[in-house]
Amino acid sequence: MTGLADLTLAEARDGLRSRDFSALELAEAEIGAVEAARGLNAFITETPERALAQAKRSDARLAKGEGLALDGLPLAIKDLFCTEGTLTTAASHILDGFTPRYESTVTAKLWAAGAVMLGKTNLDEFAMGSSSTQSHYGPVENPWRQAGEDRPLVPGGSSGGSAAAVAARAGLGATGTDTGGSIRQPASFCGVVGMKPTYGRCSRFGIVAFASSLDQAGPLARTVRDCAILLGVMAGYDPRDSTSADIEVPDFEAALSGDVRGLKVGIPKEYRIDGMGEEIEKLWRHGIDWLEGAGAETVEISLPHTRYALPCYYILAPAEASANLARYDGVRYGLRVPGDSIDGMYENTRAEGFGQEVKRRVLIGTYVLSAGYYDAYYLKAQRIRTLISRDFTAAFEEADVILTPTTPSAAFAIGEKMDDPIAMYLNDVFTVPASLAGLPGISLPAGLSATGLPLGLQLIGRAFDEETVLRTAGVLEDAAAFDARPGRGGGE
Amino acid sequence: MTLIQGRTGEWECVIGLEIHAQVISKAKLFSGAPTDFGAEPNTQVSFVDAAMPGMLPVINGFCVEQAVRTGLGLGAEINLVSVFDRKNYFYPDLPQGYQISQFPRPIVGKGSITLDLEGGETRTVGITRLHLEQDAGKSLHDRDPGATYIDLNRSGVALMEIVSEPDMRSAAEAGAYIRKLRSILRYLGTCDGNMEEGSLRADVNVSVRRPGEELGTRCEIKNVNSVRFVQQAIEYEASRQIDIIEDGGEIAQETRLFDPSRGETRAMRTKEESHDYRYFPDPDLLPLELDADWVAGIKASLPELPEAKKARFMADFDLNAYDAGVLVAERETAEYFEAVAEGRDAKACANWVTGDLFAALNKAGLGITDAPVTASSLGALIDLIDDGTISRRIAKEVFETMWRTGNDAAAIVAEKGLEQISDTAAIEAEIDTIIAANPGQVAEFKGGNEKVIGWFVGQVMKATGGKANPKTVNEILRKKLAD
Repeated sequence: MTGLADLTLAEARDGLRSRDFSALELAEAEIGAVEAARGLNAFITETPERALAQAKRSDARLAKGEGLALDGLPLAIKDLFCTEGTLTTAASHILDGFTPRYESTVTAKLWAAGAVMLGKTNLDEFAMGSSSTQSHYGPVENPWRQAGEDRPLVPGGSSGGSAAAVAARAGLGATGTDTGGSIRQPASFCGVVGMKPTYGRCSRFGIVAFASSLDQAGPLARTVRDCAILLGVMAGYDPRDSTSADIEVPDFEAALSGDVRGLKVGIPKEYRIDGMGEEIEKLWRHGIDWLEGAGAETVEISLPHTRYALPCYYILAPAEASANLARYDGVRYGLRVPGDSIDGMYENTRAEGFGQEVKRRVLIGTYVLSAGYYDAYYLKAQRIRTLISRDFTAAFEEADVILTPTTPSAAFAIGEKMDDPIAMYLNDVFTVPASLAGLPGISLPAGLSATGLPLGLQLIGRAFDEETVLRTAGVLEDAAAFDARPGRGGGE
Repeated sequence: MTLIQGRTGEWECVIGLEIHAQVISKAKLFSGAPTDFGAEPNTQVSFVDAAMPGMLPVINGFCVEQAVRTGLGLGAEINLVSVFDRKNYFYPDLPQGYQISQFPRPIVGKGSITLDLEGGETRTVGITRLHLEQDAGKSLHDRDPGATYIDLNRSGVALMEIVSEPDMRSAAEAGAYIRKLRSILRYLGTCDGNMEEGSLRADVNVSVRRPGEELGTRCEIKNVNSVRFVQQAIEYEASRQIDIIEDGGEIAQETRLFDPSRGETRAMRTKEESHDYRYFPDPDLLPLELDADWVAGIKASLPELPEAKKARFMADFDLNAYDAGVLVAERETAEYFEAVAEGRDAKACANWVTGDLFAALNKAGLGITDAPVTASSLGALIDLIDDGTISRRIAKEVFETMWRTGNDAAAIVAEKGLEQISDTAAIEAEIDTIIAANPGQVAEFKGGNEKVIGWFVGQVMKATGGKANPKTVNEILRKKLAD
């Protein structure tokens, strides 16, 4: 049975415009789906009253033929975006009870376009993780299961709640943030589409910061078109974010021409890493064939510094995080655990308020910035970052877009890799280089593993050329014709 | 060279200053919150200043302009690319857990300041750099025995940290440096220089050495908030260090505090205890890039600064270095003086301004802009002396009345009948009477005691109520007594 919650965002938009159903009906269906999917723990906070109130206002506008770009479309918001009047946690104990009196720019743009908020989604604490198990509010479950098994799997992370919700049909789309792969990797694990735009494309104002030079908001949805629609609303210059780019936002949906004839698709040889499964290799081969079949030309390219990307990222991101998280000190908001001195209060608050992975990264970050270590770690990592950017600049002389797998494997079971942070960090090996270079990347589901789990392909584009990325992704999506559905969810 | 005499010989004191000057700006360095002094606690705080989650700094262009203006006023290099860094440390009045500052790449590089020392002597002190940074909030420990209150009004206010070379050799030079820097900042309108309100604070680096030898180990005295305290702190610190070395000890590099109530410095933390600030470029802010034409435009709009004004006053008005220095120290004083001196004898005007006017201002505790006697009315008073209407002595009386009542000099003179008597017939009559009544003094004069003429002048002035023209009195007296 196909209900309203099974519609794509574009289908729902068109249905609302032609008044096939009301925004209220759609919101009610989505609220039901969110409730049905509660077992996944994808949401930290559900906001059904707000959704209904927003839907009624959308209906009023739609009835007058004054529908806005996203009018009446229910979305899930990663709980890293500050939402005025709604609890915002970053999945951390340290933000206990924190309800912002301000709205992030990205969510403000969504509401101004008529979108409806279903709730705030779960994530790895402060967006630090690739599994969405590192949450004060408990782990998120992937709605997918391995064939014949019922072991709960991770949805990827850190935007795992958003990816799981979208996969489970509990939301037509969702916001995510991507620092080293936090949109693309969970999209791949959950069989949905996730896009990280160019650094500077979306404002970071009002998004709880993890690593400021890498953090970037982006959409997760079930189709490339849906991502294009959402990104068009989320993007745009914001004078309140000094790193946001004063560049016009193109019509991303219009970029989906379906025509990639003559397009040069780069295949980086360095992405054939040890330990990459045969089926990932095969999927990549399919991607190449599909694009060539559609008239694109593939070229082998070299990104020689790829192997340094992960260590470089795990120095720079924690360094920035160690300063960004210094404000959580128990003085002004959130958790405070008393102590016998101000230092005692800091220590008690931060010891209790932060989870293990956050503490690990704050310690790493503090270490690499310390006197005597700065040059050897932080400065060297910055230089490597520059080299990685140059790799891409050179590659884009030969190619218009780059095709890679999104992750080296499919989703793993909750509890796996927990005692091995390096194995966990390897999840991001294909997504981190584009993050360091600030380039746009998209992950879309392209097939199933032998065990029946979704596998994603990634496309990376030139800075501010999301249009080519989306256009190519649209062609891959059509060719892959991915129509598998997860075993657990709220939509069925 | 100023040397200090110790038990074992002479010592030289070496001083460098780091001045934190609050930028005159309506809004803070990275937020739109207001900066008014004395507002109720926590009423001038934006979400950015309170470091709420997800808030981002955005540079205030006017503060950048002020820093560039200051750099140009100090004759310094302006760096067209500079970088903001995070200086990390935990303190409850530092909401972000880091201060946004500039470390390896400041907005302003090397410059210099010329000090006016006693006796019209000058000395040049190098400026190492000027950078922009955020102020912290304020911790109030005295409201409650068991709690500390935090006021974030000052959090995020723009400061210029102006670092000097270790070019000063005495407390007097350090005092002259602060006064001169403050004067330049006020001329430029970039800092009000108000030390009581904390708009200008000094970190003082002091070391001692035998003349001509290598620099000694320095101690830094933090956050001293008046010129007098800076000088006291230097004097105390220099003699403390000399005593230690002369007793065979070594100076430990440390941060110290000045206690004004005891007039001494106290150790705050040693080098080993010093913070590792873990500076790194703030990823929330792009490098600050300035346009050379924009900088040139600011340079073209700079006012005449005290150094140039002093030179002009000496050349155009024939003033000595000391008077010129005093008159240009404050922009308002210089403007007042120039208005008075316009078309008049500059030296006489300088004497009036630095003499009677300054005395009256000091007595009343007023600044020159609040003086009840305006520049134009002081000028009119000086005109009455020049055209012989009143004597210099009467003019002092008239000035006092002007100060008290705010009336014009001419009106006071007319009302009180203070015009000088230059009518020889009237004066002659008075003199005849006095000569006739004092034959003894006349005889003395004739006997060769020239000094007695002063007594006669006094008698005539007394008889005319001080209004007789003293020059005329003198001439007539000499003629008549010689007869």
